[in-house]
Amino acid sequence: MPDFIAQWLNQNDIFTAMTMLEYWNGLVSTVQLVFLSLVIGLVCAVPLAITRTSRNPLVSLPVWLYTYLFRGTPLLIQLYIIYYGIAQIPGIQETFWWGIFREPFYPALLAFTLNTAAYTTEIIRGAIMSTPHGEIEAAKAYGMNWFMRMRRIILPSAARRAVQAYSNEVIFMLHSSAIASVVTIVDLTGAARNIYSRFYAPFDAFIFVALIYMVLTFILVFAFRKLENHLLRHQRPISN
Amino acid sequence: MKKLIVAASCALALAAGTVQAKDWKEIRIAFDVPYEPFEYKDENGELTGFEVELAEAMCAEMKADCEFVIQSWDGMIPGLLARKFDAIMSSMSITPERAERVLFSEPYYNTPGGWFAPEAFNTDVTDMDAMKGKVVGVQRGTTMDSFVTENMGGIVTIKRYTTADDMVLDLEGQRLDVVFVDYPVGEQTVLSKDGFKEVGEPVKLGEGVGVAMRQRDKDLAAKVNATLKKLKKDGTYDTIMQKYFNYDIKM
Repeated sequence: MPDFIAQWLNQNDIFTAMTMLEYWNGLVSTVQLVFLSLVIGLVCAVPLAITRTSRNPLVSLPVWLYTYLFRGTPLLIQLYIIYYGIAQIPGIQETFWWGIFREPFYPALLAFTLNTAAYTTEIIRGAIMSTPHGEIEAAKAYGMNWFMRMRRIILPSAARRAVQAYSNEVIFMLHSSAIASVVTIVDLTGAARNIYSRFYAPFDAFIFVALIYMVLTFILVFAFRKLENHLLRHQRPISN
Repeated sequence: MKKLIVAASCALALAAGTVQAKDWKEIRIAFDVPYEPFEYKDENGELTGFEVELAEAMCAEMKADCEFVIQSWDGMIPGLLARKFDAIMSSMSITPERAERVLFSEPYYNTPGGWFAPEAFNTDVTDMDAMKGKVVGVQRGTTMDSFVTENMGGIVTIKRYTTADDMVLDLEGQRLDVVFVDYPVGEQTVLSKDGFKEVGEPVKLGEGVGVAMRQRDKDLAAKVNATLKKLKKDGTYDTIMQKYFNYDIKM
Protein backbone atom coordinates (compact mmCIF):
# COMPACT_ATOMS: atom_id res chain seq x y z
CA MET A 1 0.00 0.00 0.00
CA PRO A 2 1.45 3.40 -0.92
CA ASP A 3 2.53 5.55 2.02
CA PHE A 4 0.08 8.38 1.49
CA ILE A 5 -2.91 6.03 1.58
CA ALA A 6 -1.64 4.40 4.77
CA GLN A 7 -1.13 7.83 6.27
CA TRP A 8 -4.61 8.98 5.30
CA LEU A 9 -6.10 5.81 6.76
CA ASN A 10 -4.25 6.29 10.03
CA GLN A 11 -5.53 9.77 10.66
CA ASN A 12 -9.09 8.85 9.73
CA ASP A 13 -11.63 7.69 12.30
CA ILE A 14 -14.00 6.00 9.91
CA PHE A 15 -11.97 4.69 6.98
CA THR A 16 -9.63 2.43 8.92
CA ALA A 17 -8.18 -0.79 7.58
CA MET A 18 -11.06 -2.58 9.35
CA THR A 19 -13.80 -0.74 7.47
CA MET A 20 -11.86 -1.02 4.19
CA LEU A 21 -11.85 -4.79 4.66
CA GLU A 22 -15.59 -4.68 5.30
CA TYR A 23 -16.15 -2.69 2.10
CA TRP A 24 -13.91 -5.10 0.21
CA ASN A 25 -15.89 -8.13 1.43
CA GLY A 26 -19.05 -6.27 0.46
CA LEU A 27 -17.64 -5.62 -3.01
CA VAL A 28 -16.83 -9.31 -3.41
CA SER A 29 -20.36 -10.43 -2.53
CA THR A 30 -21.98 -7.75 -4.70
CA VAL A 31 -19.87 -8.77 -7.71
CA GLN A 32 -20.49 -12.48 -7.10
CA LEU A 33 -24.23 -12.00 -6.76
CA VAL A 34 -24.62 -9.72 -9.78
CA PHE A 35 -22.27 -11.68 -12.04
CA LEU A 36 -23.80 -15.08 -11.28
CA SER A 37 -27.39 -13.88 -11.60
CA LEU A 38 -26.64 -12.14 -14.91
CA VAL A 39 -24.87 -15.16 -16.42
CA ILE A 40 -27.54 -17.66 -15.32
CA GLY A 41 -30.27 -15.20 -16.28
CA LEU A 42 -28.87 -14.72 -19.78
CA VAL A 43 -28.45 -18.46 -20.32
CA CYS A 44 -32.09 -19.01 -19.33
CA ALA A 45 -33.36 -16.00 -21.26
CA VAL A 46 -32.26 -17.14 -24.76
CA PRO A 47 -34.41 -20.31 -24.92
CA LEU A 48 -37.22 -18.49 -23.08
CA ALA A 49 -37.19 -15.69 -25.64
CA ILE A 50 -37.34 -18.21 -28.49
CA THR A 51 -40.33 -19.99 -26.90
CA ARG A 52 -41.91 -16.59 -26.24
CA THR A 53 -41.90 -15.85 -30.00
CA SER A 54 -43.61 -19.16 -30.81
CA ARG A 55 -46.98 -18.90 -32.56
CA ASN A 56 -48.38 -21.75 -30.46
CA PRO A 57 -50.01 -20.12 -27.39
CA LEU A 58 -49.53 -23.28 -25.31
CA VAL A 59 -45.78 -22.71 -25.66
CA SER A 60 -45.59 -18.93 -25.51
CA LEU A 61 -48.27 -18.23 -22.90
CA PRO A 62 -46.44 -19.72 -19.87
CA VAL A 63 -43.35 -17.66 -20.72
CA TRP A 64 -45.50 -14.56 -21.18
CA LEU A 65 -47.05 -15.21 -17.75
CA TYR A 66 -43.61 -15.61 -16.17
CA THR A 67 -42.22 -12.39 -17.62
CA TYR A 68 -45.44 -10.58 -16.78
CA LEU A 69 -45.27 -11.70 -13.13
CA PHE A 70 -41.61 -10.86 -12.60
CA ARG A 71 -41.69 -7.56 -14.48
CA GLY A 72 -44.96 -6.62 -12.80
CA THR A 73 -43.74 -6.85 -9.19
CA PRO A 74 -40.89 -5.08 -7.38
CA LEU A 75 -37.68 -7.03 -6.92
CA LEU A 76 -37.76 -6.28 -3.18
CA ILE A 77 -41.11 -8.06 -2.83
CA GLN A 78 -39.82 -11.03 -4.83
CA LEU A 79 -36.77 -11.24 -2.57
CA TYR A 80 -38.91 -11.07 0.60
CA ILE A 81 -41.25 -13.78 -0.69
CA ILE A 82 -38.42 -16.10 -1.64
CA TYR A 83 -36.23 -15.48 1.44
CA TYR A 84 -38.86 -15.45 4.19
CA GLY A 85 -41.42 -17.54 2.32
CA ILE A 86 -39.14 -20.54 1.91
CA ALA A 87 -38.38 -20.62 5.63
CA GLN A 88 -42.12 -20.77 6.35
CA ILE A 89 -42.73 -23.97 4.33
CA PRO A 90 -43.49 -26.61 6.98
CA GLY A 91 -40.77 -29.20 7.27
CA ILE A 92 -38.35 -27.50 4.87
CA GLN A 93 -35.72 -27.43 7.63
CA GLU A 94 -35.49 -31.24 7.55
CA THR A 95 -34.92 -31.54 3.79
CA PHE A 96 -31.60 -31.12 2.00
CA TRP A 97 -32.95 -27.91 0.39
CA TRP A 98 -32.46 -26.18 3.72
CA GLY A 99 -28.70 -26.57 3.34
CA ILE A 100 -29.00 -24.28 0.32
CA PHE A 101 -31.72 -21.87 1.41
CA ARG A 102 -30.58 -21.41 5.00
CA GLU A 103 -27.92 -18.96 3.84
CA PRO A 104 -29.26 -15.69 2.41
CA PHE A 105 -27.00 -15.90 -0.67
CA TYR A 106 -28.96 -18.52 -2.59
CA PRO A 107 -32.46 -17.09 -2.04
CA ALA A 108 -31.11 -13.73 -3.18
CA LEU A 109 -29.38 -15.30 -6.20
CA LEU A 110 -32.62 -17.07 -7.12
CA ALA A 111 -34.68 -13.87 -6.86
CA PHE A 112 -32.16 -11.83 -8.86
CA THR A 113 -31.80 -14.52 -11.54
CA LEU A 114 -35.56 -14.92 -12.03
CA ASN A 115 -35.95 -11.15 -12.20
CA THR A 116 -33.16 -10.44 -14.66
CA ALA A 117 -34.10 -13.47 -16.79
CA ALA A 118 -37.62 -12.04 -17.18
CA TYR A 119 -36.35 -8.66 -18.39
CA THR A 120 -33.67 -10.18 -20.61
CA THR A 121 -36.24 -12.52 -22.17
CA GLU A 122 -38.32 -9.54 -23.23
CA ILE A 123 -35.25 -7.68 -24.56
CA ILE A 124 -34.16 -10.66 -26.69
CA ARG A 125 -37.73 -11.37 -27.81
CA GLY A 126 -38.04 -7.80 -29.08
CA ALA A 127 -34.79 -8.19 -30.99
CA ILE A 128 -35.88 -11.52 -32.49
CA MET A 129 -39.25 -10.10 -33.53
CA SER A 130 -37.60 -7.20 -35.34
CA THR A 131 -35.37 -9.42 -37.48
CA PRO A 132 -35.81 -8.16 -41.08
CA HIS A 133 -38.01 -10.55 -42.99
CA GLY A 134 -35.63 -10.59 -45.93
CA GLU A 135 -32.88 -12.16 -43.82
CA ILE A 136 -35.14 -15.06 -42.86
CA GLU A 137 -36.37 -15.51 -46.43
CA ALA A 138 -32.82 -15.54 -47.74
CA ALA A 139 -31.90 -18.19 -45.16
CA LYS A 140 -34.90 -20.26 -46.19
CA ALA A 141 -33.92 -19.91 -49.85
CA TYR A 142 -30.54 -21.35 -48.94
CA GLY A 143 -32.36 -24.39 -47.59
CA MET A 144 -31.48 -23.81 -43.92
CA ASN A 145 -33.75 -25.62 -41.46
CA TRP A 146 -35.26 -23.87 -38.39
CA PHE A 147 -32.38 -24.72 -36.08
CA MET A 148 -29.72 -23.52 -38.51
CA ARG A 149 -31.66 -20.32 -39.25
CA MET A 150 -31.84 -19.60 -35.54
CA ARG A 151 -28.17 -20.30 -34.92
CA ARG A 152 -26.69 -18.65 -37.99
CA ILE A 153 -29.04 -15.81 -38.82
CA ILE A 154 -31.69 -14.83 -36.29
CA LEU A 155 -29.79 -15.02 -32.97
CA PRO A 156 -26.58 -13.28 -34.12
CA SER A 157 -28.62 -10.55 -35.77
CA ALA A 158 -30.82 -10.23 -32.67
CA ALA A 159 -27.76 -10.03 -30.41
CA ARG A 160 -26.59 -6.94 -32.27
CA ARG A 161 -29.92 -5.25 -31.75
CA ALA A 162 -30.26 -6.38 -28.10
CA VAL A 163 -26.83 -5.40 -26.80
CA GLN A 164 -27.59 -1.75 -26.10
CA ALA A 165 -30.80 -2.49 -24.20
CA TYR A 166 -29.09 -5.34 -22.40
CA SER A 167 -26.30 -3.09 -21.14
CA ASN A 168 -28.97 -1.05 -19.37
CA GLU A 169 -30.36 -4.19 -17.77
CA VAL A 170 -26.88 -5.10 -16.48
CA ILE A 171 -26.42 -1.70 -14.89
CA PHE A 172 -29.91 -1.78 -13.37
CA MET A 173 -29.13 -5.20 -11.95
CA LEU A 174 -25.95 -3.91 -10.31
CA HIS A 175 -27.92 -1.12 -8.69
CA SER A 176 -30.87 -3.34 -7.74
CA SER A 177 -28.48 -5.68 -5.96
CA ALA A 178 -28.28 -3.04 -3.21
CA ILE A 179 -31.47 -4.49 -1.75
CA ALA A 180 -29.66 -7.75 -0.94
CA SER A 181 -28.67 -6.07 2.31
CA VAL A 182 -32.23 -6.34 3.64
CA VAL A 183 -31.87 -10.11 3.91
CA THR A 184 -28.64 -9.90 6.00
CA ILE A 185 -26.22 -10.24 3.07
CA VAL A 186 -23.29 -7.94 3.72
CA ASP A 187 -22.91 -6.63 0.16
CA LEU A 188 -21.58 -3.14 -0.62
CA THR A 189 -24.74 -1.49 0.69
CA GLY A 190 -24.85 -3.82 3.69
CA ALA A 191 -21.26 -2.88 4.56
CA ALA A 192 -22.12 0.81 4.21
CA ARG A 193 -25.15 0.39 6.48
CA ASN A 194 -23.08 -1.40 9.12
CA ILE A 195 -20.41 1.28 9.03
CA TYR A 196 -23.01 4.04 9.09
CA SER A 197 -24.72 2.57 12.13
CA ARG A 198 -21.38 2.13 13.93
CA PHE A 199 -20.11 5.69 13.38
CA TYR A 200 -23.37 7.58 12.72
CA ALA A 201 -21.75 9.17 9.71
CA PRO A 202 -24.21 8.77 6.84
CA PHE A 203 -22.35 11.01 4.40
CA ASP A 204 -18.97 9.30 4.74
CA ALA A 205 -20.34 5.77 4.68
CA PHE A 206 -22.78 6.20 1.79
CA ILE A 207 -20.83 8.59 -0.43
CA PHE A 208 -17.89 6.21 -0.32
CA VAL A 209 -20.06 3.28 -1.33
CA ALA A 210 -21.74 5.38 -4.04
CA LEU A 211 -18.29 6.03 -5.53
CA ILE A 212 -17.59 2.30 -5.63
CA TYR A 213 -20.88 1.69 -7.44
CA MET A 214 -19.98 4.46 -9.89
CA VAL A 215 -16.61 2.89 -10.63
CA LEU A 216 -18.30 -0.49 -11.19
CA THR A 217 -20.86 1.12 -13.50
CA PHE A 218 -18.10 2.88 -15.42
CA ILE A 219 -16.30 -0.41 -15.95
CA LEU A 220 -19.53 -1.97 -17.23
CA VAL A 221 -20.24 0.94 -19.59
CA PHE A 222 -16.70 0.74 -20.94
CA ALA A 223 -16.90 -3.04 -21.47
CA PHE A 224 -20.23 -2.75 -23.26
CA ARG A 225 -18.91 -0.01 -25.55
CA LYS A 226 -16.08 -2.31 -26.57
CA LEU A 227 -18.58 -5.11 -27.16
CA GLU A 228 -20.85 -2.87 -29.24
CA ASN A 229 -17.89 -1.73 -31.34
CA HIS A 230 -17.05 -5.35 -31.92
CA LEU A 231 -20.59 -6.50 -32.79
CA LEU A 232 -21.53 -3.48 -34.87
CA ARG A 233 -18.23 -2.90 -36.67
CA HIS A 234 -19.85 -3.66 -40.05
CA GLN A 235 -22.02 -0.58 -39.55
CA ARG A 236 -19.13 1.80 -39.01
CA PRO A 237 -18.28 4.12 -41.87
CA ILE A 238 -15.29 2.82 -43.82
CA SER A 239 -13.49 6.15 -44.10
CA ASN A 240 -11.07 7.42 -41.39
CA MET B 1 -11.38 53.89 11.56
CA LYS B 2 -13.23 55.02 14.65
CA LYS B 3 -16.49 55.24 12.69
CA LEU B 4 -15.94 51.72 11.43
CA ILE B 5 -15.52 50.40 14.95
CA VAL B 6 -18.68 52.15 16.10
CA ALA B 7 -20.60 50.80 13.15
CA ALA B 8 -19.28 47.32 13.76
CA SER B 9 -20.16 47.35 17.43
CA CYS B 10 -23.65 48.64 16.62
CA ALA B 11 -24.12 45.80 14.16
CA LEU B 12 -22.87 43.34 16.76
CA ALA B 13 -25.26 44.67 19.37
CA LEU B 14 -28.15 44.35 16.94
CA ALA B 15 -27.16 40.83 16.02
CA ALA B 16 -26.83 39.84 19.68
CA GLY B 17 -30.32 41.18 20.28
CA THR B 18 -31.90 38.98 17.62
CA VAL B 19 -30.00 35.80 18.49
CA GLN B 20 -31.48 35.71 21.96
CA ALA B 21 -31.35 32.35 23.72
CA LYS B 22 -34.42 30.26 22.97
CA ASP B 23 -36.63 29.98 26.04
CA TRP B 24 -37.77 26.43 25.10
CA LYS B 25 -41.49 26.96 25.50
CA GLU B 26 -42.01 24.75 22.47
CA ILE B 27 -40.13 21.48 22.21
CA ARG B 28 -40.43 18.88 19.46
CA ILE B 29 -39.63 15.37 20.66
CA ALA B 30 -39.06 12.42 18.30
CA PHE B 31 -40.08 8.78 18.82
CA ASP B 32 -39.66 5.70 16.67
CA VAL B 33 -42.85 3.65 16.92
CA PRO B 34 -43.72 0.93 17.60
CA TYR B 35 -41.28 0.01 20.34
CA GLU B 36 -43.50 -1.45 23.00
CA PRO B 37 -43.87 -0.67 25.82
CA PHE B 38 -41.74 2.46 25.43
CA GLU B 39 -43.59 4.14 22.60
CA TYR B 40 -46.48 2.77 20.55
CA LYS B 41 -49.93 3.65 19.36
CA ASP B 42 -52.86 2.32 21.40
CA GLU B 43 -56.06 0.96 19.85
CA ASN B 44 -57.35 4.51 19.36
CA GLY B 45 -54.22 5.49 17.46
CA GLU B 46 -52.97 7.66 20.32
CA LEU B 47 -49.24 7.76 20.95
CA THR B 48 -48.48 6.29 24.36
CA GLY B 49 -45.92 4.24 26.29
CA PHE B 50 -43.36 4.65 29.04
CA GLU B 51 -41.18 7.23 27.34
CA VAL B 52 -44.16 9.12 25.92
CA GLU B 53 -45.71 9.46 29.38
CA LEU B 54 -42.35 10.43 30.84
CA ALA B 55 -41.99 13.07 28.11
CA GLU B 56 -45.48 14.36 28.88
CA ALA B 57 -44.65 14.59 32.60
CA MET B 58 -41.38 16.30 31.75
CA CYS B 59 -43.07 18.88 29.51
CA ALA B 60 -45.72 19.58 32.15
CA GLU B 61 -42.98 20.10 34.72
CA MET B 62 -41.06 22.42 32.35
CA LYS B 63 -44.31 24.19 31.40
CA ALA B 64 -43.38 23.64 27.78
CA ASP B 65 -45.67 23.04 24.84
CA CYS B 66 -44.47 19.75 23.36
CA GLU B 67 -45.03 18.35 19.93
CA PHE B 68 -44.41 14.64 19.37
CA VAL B 69 -42.83 13.63 16.05
CA ILE B 70 -42.71 10.11 14.62
CA GLN B 71 -39.32 9.38 13.05
CA SER B 72 -37.86 6.03 11.95
CA TRP B 73 -34.69 4.92 13.70
CA ASP B 74 -32.31 5.20 10.75
CA GLY B 75 -33.03 8.92 10.38
CA MET B 76 -33.06 9.78 14.08
CA ILE B 77 -29.73 11.54 14.54
CA PRO B 78 -29.70 13.10 11.04
CA GLY B 79 -33.24 14.41 11.71
CA LEU B 80 -32.17 15.91 15.02
CA LEU B 81 -29.15 17.59 13.45
CA ALA B 82 -31.32 18.87 10.58
CA ARG B 83 -33.59 20.52 13.22
CA LYS B 84 -36.66 18.49 12.35
CA PHE B 85 -37.06 18.12 16.12
CA ASP B 86 -35.23 19.23 19.26
CA ALA B 87 -34.91 16.06 21.31
CA ILE B 88 -34.98 12.29 20.91
CA MET B 89 -36.66 10.21 23.62
CA SER B 90 -36.77 6.95 21.76
CA SER B 91 -34.72 4.52 23.87
CA MET B 92 -31.43 5.83 22.52
CA SER B 93 -28.63 4.24 24.53
CA ILE B 94 -25.73 6.49 25.42
CA THR B 95 -22.58 5.47 23.52
CA PRO B 96 -19.31 7.35 22.95
CA GLU B 97 -19.86 7.28 19.17
CA ARG B 98 -23.29 8.84 19.49
CA ALA B 99 -22.08 11.32 22.10
CA GLU B 100 -19.76 12.77 19.45
CA ARG B 101 -22.80 13.74 17.39
CA VAL B 102 -25.42 14.59 20.00
CA LEU B 103 -25.66 15.87 23.55
CA PHE B 104 -27.10 13.37 26.02
CA SER B 105 -28.99 14.13 29.21
CA GLU B 106 -28.40 12.07 32.34
CA PRO B 107 -29.65 8.51 31.72
CA TYR B 108 -33.29 7.92 32.58
CA TYR B 109 -33.51 4.15 32.22
CA ASN B 110 -31.48 1.08 31.37
CA THR B 111 -32.75 -2.28 30.19
CA PRO B 112 -30.45 -5.28 29.92
CA GLY B 113 -29.82 -7.28 26.74
CA GLY B 114 -31.31 -10.77 26.79
CA TRP B 115 -30.51 -14.01 24.96
CA PHE B 116 -33.51 -15.77 23.42
CA ALA B 117 -33.55 -19.07 21.53
CA PRO B 118 -35.77 -22.02 20.58
CA GLU B 119 -36.50 -24.57 23.36
CA ALA B 120 -34.03 -27.06 21.85
CA PHE B 121 -31.08 -24.68 22.27
CA ASN B 122 -28.99 -25.66 25.29
CA THR B 123 -25.62 -23.98 24.87
CA ASP B 124 -24.07 -21.75 27.52
CA VAL B 125 -23.90 -18.35 25.81
CA THR B 126 -20.95 -17.27 27.96
CA ASP B 127 -18.89 -20.34 26.97
CA MET B 128 -17.01 -19.18 23.89
CA ASP B 129 -15.89 -22.70 22.90
CA ALA B 130 -19.46 -23.97 22.88
CA MET B 131 -20.70 -20.90 20.99
CA LYS B 132 -18.17 -21.38 18.18
CA GLY B 133 -19.89 -21.39 14.78
CA LYS B 134 -23.33 -20.49 16.15
CA VAL B 135 -25.35 -17.91 14.25
CA VAL B 136 -26.34 -14.93 16.39
CA GLY B 137 -28.91 -12.32 15.38
CA VAL B 138 -28.73 -8.70 16.55
CA GLN B 139 -30.35 -5.42 15.58
CA ARG B 140 -27.94 -3.29 13.59
CA GLY B 141 -26.33 -0.44 15.50
CA THR B 142 -27.67 -1.40 18.96
CA THR B 143 -25.53 -1.80 22.08
CA MET B 144 -26.23 -5.54 21.75
CA ASP B 145 -24.65 -5.38 18.27
CA SER B 146 -21.51 -3.70 19.68
CA PHE B 147 -21.32 -6.21 22.55
CA VAL B 148 -21.47 -9.25 20.27
CA THR B 149 -19.16 -7.66 17.67
CA GLU B 150 -16.51 -6.85 20.27
CA ASN B 151 -16.69 -9.95 22.46
CA MET B 152 -17.61 -12.72 20.04
CA GLY B 153 -16.52 -11.24 16.70
CA GLY B 154 -14.40 -14.08 15.30
CA ILE B 155 -16.23 -16.83 17.16
CA VAL B 156 -19.87 -16.64 16.09
CA THR B 157 -21.46 -15.62 12.81
CA ILE B 158 -23.25 -12.31 13.37
CA LYS B 159 -26.32 -11.40 11.33
CA ARG B 160 -27.53 -7.84 11.58
CA TYR B 161 -31.16 -6.85 11.07
CA THR B 162 -32.88 -3.50 10.70
CA THR B 163 -36.10 -4.51 12.44
CA ALA B 164 -36.74 -6.95 15.26
CA ASP B 165 -39.57 -8.50 13.22
CA ASP B 166 -37.23 -9.66 10.47
CA MET B 167 -34.87 -11.07 13.06
CA VAL B 168 -37.61 -13.02 14.85
CA LEU B 169 -38.80 -14.43 11.49
CA ASP B 170 -35.31 -15.79 10.87
CA LEU B 171 -35.13 -17.19 14.41
CA GLU B 172 -38.43 -19.00 13.78
CA GLY B 173 -37.21 -20.16 10.39
CA GLN B 174 -34.11 -21.62 12.10
CA ARG B 175 -31.67 -19.43 10.20
CA LEU B 176 -30.49 -18.13 13.58
CA ASP B 177 -29.49 -20.21 16.58
CA VAL B 178 -29.98 -17.45 19.13
CA VAL B 179 -30.73 -13.72 19.21
CA PHE B 180 -29.29 -11.12 21.56
CA VAL B 181 -31.76 -8.31 21.87
CA ASP B 182 -32.99 -5.60 24.20
CA TYR B 183 -34.80 -7.46 26.99
CA PRO B 184 -38.27 -5.87 26.65
CA VAL B 185 -38.19 -6.39 22.89
CA GLY B 186 -37.28 -10.06 23.29
CA GLU B 187 -40.01 -10.45 25.88
CA GLN B 188 -42.56 -8.94 23.48
CA THR B 189 -41.55 -10.60 20.24
CA VAL B 190 -39.84 -13.92 21.07
CA LEU B 191 -41.15 -15.08 24.45
CA SER B 192 -44.74 -14.38 23.39
CA LYS B 193 -44.40 -17.23 20.88
CA ASP B 194 -44.57 -20.94 21.70
CA GLY B 195 -41.36 -22.94 21.72
CA PHE B 196 -38.96 -20.17 22.68
CA LYS B 197 -37.14 -19.46 25.93
CA GLU B 198 -34.70 -17.11 27.55
CA VAL B 199 -31.11 -18.39 27.69
CA GLY B 200 -28.56 -17.47 30.36
CA GLU B 201 -28.61 -14.23 32.29
CA PRO B 202 -29.62 -10.79 30.98
CA VAL B 203 -26.50 -8.68 30.43
CA LYS B 204 -26.36 -5.09 31.72
CA LEU B 205 -24.98 -3.08 28.85
CA GLY B 206 -23.91 0.45 28.25
CA GLU B 207 -24.57 3.63 30.11
CA GLY B 208 -28.33 3.61 29.87
CA VAL B 209 -30.75 5.61 27.78
CA GLY B 210 -30.74 9.39 27.71
CA VAL B 211 -32.55 12.23 25.99
CA ALA B 212 -30.52 13.15 22.90
CA MET B 213 -30.26 16.82 21.92
CA ARG B 214 -28.11 18.95 19.63
CA GLN B 215 -24.64 19.72 21.02
CA ARG B 216 -25.31 23.45 21.03
CA ASP B 217 -28.55 23.28 23.05
CA LYS B 218 -26.79 23.17 26.42
CA ASP B 219 -29.56 25.25 28.03
CA LEU B 220 -32.20 22.72 27.02
CA ALA B 221 -30.05 19.88 28.36
CA ALA B 222 -29.70 21.64 31.71
CA LYS B 223 -33.47 22.05 31.93
CA VAL B 224 -34.10 18.43 30.98
CA ASN B 225 -31.59 17.15 33.53
CA ALA B 226 -33.10 19.20 36.34
CA THR B 227 -36.61 18.07 35.42
CA LEU B 228 -35.69 14.39 35.17
CA LYS B 229 -34.01 14.57 38.56
CA LYS B 230 -37.14 16.03 40.08
CA LEU B 231 -39.43 13.44 38.46
CA LYS B 232 -37.23 10.59 39.68
CA LYS B 233 -37.38 11.95 43.23
CA ASP B 234 -41.04 12.94 43.62
CA GLY B 235 -42.41 9.53 42.61
CA THR B 236 -43.81 10.54 39.21
CA TYR B 237 -41.17 8.40 37.49
CA ASP B 238 -41.95 5.35 39.64
CA THR B 239 -45.69 5.63 38.99
CA ILE B 240 -45.14 5.65 35.23
CA MET B 241 -42.57 2.83 35.39
CA GLN B 242 -44.84 0.57 37.43
CA LYS B 243 -47.59 1.05 34.91
CA TYR B 244 -45.49 -0.54 32.16
CA PHE B 245 -42.91 -2.83 33.81
CA ASN B 246 -42.81 -5.43 36.50
CA TYR B 247 -39.03 -5.09 36.81
CA ASP B 248 -36.82 -2.15 37.67
CA ILE B 249 -35.35 -0.09 34.85
CA LYS B 250 -34.76 3.09 36.87
CA MET B 251 -31.37 4.71 36.58
